[in-house]
Amino acid sequence: MINVAEKTGKGRFGVYGGQYVPELAMHALIELEEAYEKFHNDPEFLAEFKKYLREYAGRPSNLYFAEKLTRHYGRAKIFLKREDLLHTGAHKINNALGQALLAKRMGKSKVVAETGAGQHGVATATVAALFDMECHIFMGKEDTERQKLNVFRMKLLGAEVVPVTSGTATLKDATSEAIRFWASNITDTYYVIGSAVGPHPYPLMVRDFQKVIGEEVRQQSMEKLGRLPNYLVACIGGGSNSIGLFHDFMKNPEIKKFGVEGGGIDDSKNARSLSGTGRPGILHGAYSYLLQTPDGQVIEAYSISAGLDYPGIGPEHSYFKDTGAATYDFVTDAEAIAGFQLLSKTEGIIPAMESSHAIAYLEKLMPKTREDEIVVVCLSGRGDKDVAHVAKYLGENIE
Amino acid sequence: MTNLEKKFAELKSANRKGIIIYITAGAPDVETSIRAVLEAEKNGADVIEIGIPFSDPMADGPVILKSSTAAIRNGMTVAGVLEVVKKIREKSQIPIVAMGYINNLLSYGFEKFVADSKSVGMDGVILPDVPHEESEVMRKICAEKDFHLMEFLTPLTTPERMKETCSSANGFIYGVSNTGVTGVKKIDFSKINSVIEKAREFTKTPMAVGFGIGGTESAIDAAEAADAIIIGSAVVSRLMDGRFDDAMKFVSDIRQALDKKYS
Repeated sequence: MINVAEKTGKGRFGVYGGQYVPELAMHALIELEEAYEKFHNDPEFLAEFKKYLREYAGRPSNLYFAEKLTRHYGRAKIFLKREDLLHTGAHKINNALGQALLAKRMGKSKVVAETGAGQHGVATATVAALFDMECHIFMGKEDTERQKLNVFRMKLLGAEVVPVTSGTATLKDATSEAIRFWASNITDTYYVIGSAVGPHPYPLMVRDFQKVIGEEVRQQSMEKLGRLPNYLVACIGGGSNSIGLFHDFMKNPEIKKFGVEGGGIDDSKNARSLSGTGRPGILHGAYSYLLQTPDGQVIEAYSISAGLDYPGIGPEHSYFKDTGAATYDFVTDAEAIAGFQLLSKTEGIIPAMESSHAIAYLEKLMPKTREDEIVVVCLSGRGDKDVAHVAKYLGENIE
Repeated sequence: MTNLEKKFAELKSANRKGIIIYITAGAPDVETSIRAVLEAEKNGADVIEIGIPFSDPMADGPVILKSSTAAIRNGMTVAGVLEVVKKIREKSQIPIVAMGYINNLLSYGFEKFVADSKSVGMDGVILPDVPHEESEVMRKICAEKDFHLMEFLTPLTTPERMKETCSSANGFIYGVSNTGVTGVKKIDFSKINSVIEKAREFTKTPMAVGFGIGGTESAIDAAEAADAIIIGSAVVSRLMDGRFDDAMKFVSDIRQALDKKYS
């Protein structure tokens, strides 16, 4: 039987991706495609983007040799790509800056975004403040309660935070609401998607704004070590920090790439679109692996990390899974908490719960490595936002 | 000729505006949704758009989101919708088209959906999250079975795009009245009306306008340039509130208002 969603060509990674959006949004996507086509190689645009990455976000981020963590495992050398040191505390700022600069060039006065943990919301609110744009952030009601600190940060930055109560009141519903708001205000509003998901050209564009992570790793690795790493590890929710790390190394198939999903509690409560029971389907504009029932209803994802509990995945990762260009695996909540504690104690770095999944994966990966090899882990964000949540998980009362 | 095409031809020769009523299958419950279809016909509906509930209906507003959630909770599936249509067919031959999101149909199998829909007496499908760019293979499958796949127009549709979508239009063209999602709010229908006028240069396919029709006044405005109007949220919200008779009175009020104004 024909799978009517499987296509190749424009806006596709293999058969994945596409533009499954209401007709109204097509107008905006076509406008966005044209603008992106015009600016993504424009030297002036790129120079301005680079300037903000350097002067405002604080790039390049360090490639830090985690000597104590390396000693802990006694195998390959472990390096951390310190995206957590960027302004606003995560890699999300790279993409938010890129998209806001594009929105400005398109003459849009408002930005809208969805957010799960609040990191992308904060990054968007930050750039909206910087570039004088009206900002609306949609956030699941449950997440607004779990992430009060980030809600207040967004308000301080001048954004309106809209709690979403429809559906399951989490990230997927916030995304649907943001798309609805966008569709209703399409002429003056730009939709800043936070991950490498959504309809074309978003996955491509988000990758291009995040690929600086991998490009810097290549350069820093050559400068520091005179060679390239053997393994790349990143956590994966929608897949933006991982695609940012992997992209420049796709021309090096000998370098092994690992995307680590939120394994949640067990086989029925997790965010394992690629490493679990997900199968290809269409949500939020793209054909990609998706957690869904046999009837095609989307299943709510779960992870201790609000940034990973998304039922879909970026379409390029679906393509990499099928071709074997990257390996997708998972760690559970409990393992991620252990990773969170391990990095805090060994290196004095408190990682975001999302990034803790990548750290925790070292338990599985390191025994397979040799001492003369190099592992790079993308430390996508810092953990301040998660401290209260982790305390609760560990049974400590810090209220 | 499909039932739907016959209906539009009849409306045209009678010089009447058509009324298309959207009902979510299985909301507030299966029995009520079937009864609503049958009664809507008696009160003046010409065509039924039967909603296949999806967990994440991104083109719909709060009312249809709520009815979809309720229908899924009631166990409604694509197969269940086909059963609903079968039951309706025991008592009525009103033209029915499905309105559903592509993911449910992918899971069911698109070709199987078209074949099975056709065999229970459905005439076509509206896929709100499949724009023209993505529908080529689906259009082919539908055309082979003489099953309509509706195209869309919006106030923002450019003449170039119109030419493209109108060239493959059949059944009816869904004119989206406002820049937003389904639901009842105050809308300026003049924009979609002028888009519809323009589109008639490219196609003879009937045009229906939907989104934001909440009363007789907006129904009259929406029907000005179109051959039919589509009403969803206004009826569904009454059904969801347990105001069945009120929902049917709403349909009959619209019927009278349109006949009075345009016939």
